[in-house]
Amino acid sequence: MTLLQAFIEALESLSGNKLRSGLTVLGIVIGVAAVIAMLAVGQGAQASITGSISGIGTNLLFVFRGDPGDNVRNPKPLTLGDADALRDQFTAPSIEAVAPALQGNGVVSFGGEQTSPQLFGVTPEYFQVRNLNLAEGEFITEEHMLGRASVVLIGSEVAEALFGHADGVTGETVRIEGQPFRVIGVLETKGGGAFGSEDNQVIVPFTTAQSRLIRRSTNDRVDIIFVQAVSGDVVTQASEEIATILRSRHRTPVGADDFTVFTQQDLLTTFQSITGILTIFLGGIAGISLLVGGIGIMNIMLVSVTERTREIGLRKALGARRRDILIQFLTESSLLSLIGGIIGIILGWLISFIVGQIAAANETAFTPIVGTDAILLATIFSAAVGLFFGIYPANRAASLEPVEALRYE
Amino acid sequence: MSNVIEAHDIRKNYQMGEVLVEALRGVSFTIKRGEIVAIMGPSGSGKSTLMNTLGCLDRPSSGEYILDGEPVASLNDDQLASIRNRKVGFVFQSFNLLSRQTAITNVELPLRYSGKPDGRRERAIEALQAVGLGDRMTHRPYELSGGQQQRVAIARALVNNPAIIMADEPTGNLDSKVGKEIMNLLLNLNRDSGTTLIIVTHDPTIAEQTQRVIRLRDGLLDGDS
Repeated sequence: MTLLQAFIEALESLSGNKLRSGLTVLGIVIGVAAVIAMLAVGQGAQASITGSISGIGTNLLFVFRGDPGDNVRNPKPLTLGDADALRDQFTAPSIEAVAPALQGNGVVSFGGEQTSPQLFGVTPEYFQVRNLNLAEGEFITEEHMLGRASVVLIGSEVAEALFGHADGVTGETVRIEGQPFRVIGVLETKGGGAFGSEDNQVIVPFTTAQSRLIRRSTNDRVDIIFVQAVSGDVVTQASEEIATILRSRHRTPVGADDFTVFTQQDLLTTFQSITGILTIFLGGIAGISLLVGGIGIMNIMLVSVTERTREIGLRKALGARRRDILIQFLTESSLLSLIGGIIGIILGWLISFIVGQIAAANETAFTPIVGTDAILLATIFSAAVGLFFGIYPANRAASLEPVEALRYE
Repeated sequence: MSNVIEAHDIRKNYQMGEVLVEALRGVSFTIKRGEIVAIMGPSGSGKSTLMNTLGCLDRPSSGEYILDGEPVASLNDDQLASIRNRKVGFVFQSFNLLSRQTAITNVELPLRYSGKPDGRRERAIEALQAVGLGDRMTHRPYELSGGQQQRVAIARALVNNPAIIMADEPTGNLDSKVGKEIMNLLLNLNRDSGTTLIIVTHDPTIAEQTQRVIRLRDGLLDGDS
């Protein structure tokens, strides 16, 4: 008996009991679709987070006050002096640019509308370091800094909230914490990011923030220093240079840094491992439903073998060898899972597509990615499920004694 | 005429729970090529067991059985399957056709397991024509009368040109008129093509139409005439 014949016979046999075959296939369809959709969502999340982390800057390092384990008591705050020290070309040759910043919250209002975005006080280097682009207007300049100018750059979301549109708002005057500020530009829309929406922020000159908006205990204190390395290859060196400079300035004992240097790569690695775990977790749960589908196949094949005992006896009487019966039933179970697999892949892709559409409708930068590896995995896995769960029933059928089987009522 | 069946001291024991059942207790006989033989005996006489053994569905516990020149008592399952496929045609009381398949596909079934891909359809058509069903080839079993179904089964038994045809109560599920037709068909096939015919039956009127009757009682030969 050739495989083609076995295939045709299996098809005939399965179509002879359409409802039962359909329900069995459904188990596999749901399993495969779930695996595909979950892996797509996981990979999409990974790509989205990777993208938004890359979007926050190029070769970026962050310097915070305090150590990651919170083991150092009374950490010294970061200061403008620290930022200046990092700009030194001789002690820190791997550093391209340094942008100290103050960070806070404030109520921004225009007419009757108000919103509470993140508030940043920054120096002109900030825009280079953070890869920011403007939809309109101009960046904060040295003149603004020197004059402690009441000017502000606003994110597109803030513009939408205050004006109802994000274009043509340059020149308007908004109030931040009750004080009037002139809008000098609008930031380009970036979409949702890993740290809340990048579009929901307002940026004022550092000196203005320092004196009027974000008051700190000492005048030269900064909340965070953004550092750009010369190139991607020297990020680690830059990190070490920062640590060396700050250790000597803060006079910290060895192994007890009161600051934290975090690279963009660290961030990427952290989030990738989180989304990796998420993907495996989601895929694992989906895999369980595939397993259940496989057990459904096994169940139906066992029923089928019992029902067709006489048929098996007859086939054996007519000369079917053990192998022929084995192939017949394995073909049926594989066919069930194969059909289920194909429909499941289509359905899973469809689900991923719909999830992507819903995300797009909610203006979330998230697209599920149906990878060929996921499709390959689902196909191989579902075929394996069909074979694995088909072997026991098929073997049972093949081992029937022809005399017993023919006598079976 | 050569012997197509040589059975020598065939014994068959079954373990039924605690009890050892001796279904055949040493049966010896020969059947010549082209003979028509009836096997008769009351229930429990061992005639089903003898039929299963002669049809290579089962191995004897001991003894020697040579079918068409091949000793089969010690073959394994797959070898037995191959022997059944090539040398034995079965006709059952309850027809045993595949209900979802057409007559022609049912007749082709033994050829599928024979491993010879060529000319299946032609041989199946020939066999169906030989049993007078040339015009019913694409009908399915439920579209055929009992007599027609048994004819399909006989065509299926013929299609591999077997050395023997084993018919187990071939008229048992048919009324007497149709039963007579089926018997005539089997007798004609024997006369025309010389196929050896072994009929297991209760029915003395059928036994009367055969040349020879082997009678069994309690697992032993009780008469051979």
